[in-house]
Amino acid sequence: MNLRSRWLPMPFHSLLLLVVWLMLNGSVSLGHIILGSVLAICIPLICAPLQVPQPRIVRPFRAFRYVLMVLGDIVVANIQVALLVVGPMRRIKPGFVAVPLDLDTTLPITVLASTVTMTPGTVSAEVTKDRKWLYVHVLDMPEDEQQIINLIKQRYEAAIKEIFAC
Amino acid sequence: MNFWVELLISSLLLLGGLFVLVGSIGLIRLKDLYVRLHAPTKATTLGLGGILVGSMVYMSHQYGHLTIHELLITLFLVITAPVTAHILAKVALHHEVTMMKRTRNQRHVTTARMQLPPEEQEKQ
Repeated sequence: MNLRSRWLPMPFHSLLLLVVWLMLNGSVSLGHIILGSVLAICIPLICAPLQVPQPRIVRPFRAFRYVLMVLGDIVVANIQVALLVVGPMRRIKPGFVAVPLDLDTTLPITVLASTVTMTPGTVSAEVTKDRKWLYVHVLDMPEDEQQIINLIKQRYEAAIKEIFAC
Repeated sequence: MNFWVELLISSLLLLGGLFVLVGSIGLIRLKDLYVRLHAPTKATTLGLGGILVGSMVYMSHQYGHLTIHELLITLFLVITAPVTAHILAKVALHHEVTMMKRTRNQRHVTTARMQLPPEEQEKQ
């Protein structure tokens, strides 16, 4: 094990911790940079044994575009759900669907499940043990459930696959 | 304070408040736990977003510098809200919470609870 991976087992997380610390304190004074750096080095050292190997983000620019796309979808989802909630209850047609997954590692599945929960009318409910299916609860089920499955697979899962290259 | 800035802040706050209100109305009106989950996870995100952007505009106008606490709150919210919803749905599956009669594909609940793949669908 070389020196860098010994003292900085998670370089990205360390940087993130430092940035969040500085943002929380709202200053970039020397004192906070030193304190934040100490935390950013110590916390990953303590947490490193808990780490499960995960695929890396291979295409950061694609990831950035994905975040923007999801933000846009969140706004659309909010308006759709708000209209459904205020409108007549008989328009709500709930249902479950099982979405077959092509991803097989935990981090990409977590990202996909979170996205599914934040976006139009769907909440992820459960992942099967073999990580091949994601159960999703749909608020407003179209006649053909394949439509929902295709939307999740093409719009989100394909993008996540590209980002993590898996 | 400039009239237009005030107008912008108030409309952002109103918009945010409206969406949070809709989220709460959803909690009362919707009929079962799974459907109810949709209201707080979605309507509230945009509601809080509106309030936080309003707060950012106010703070930066009042104190002349940009505060980023609001961005952090958004970040934490976006990370935690789906996880909470997922855990709640999971617990509901295990407790076999009653759901609206017209919920489709109720057969998935049995297999989902055991974390097993869905049974083969019969062709209709």
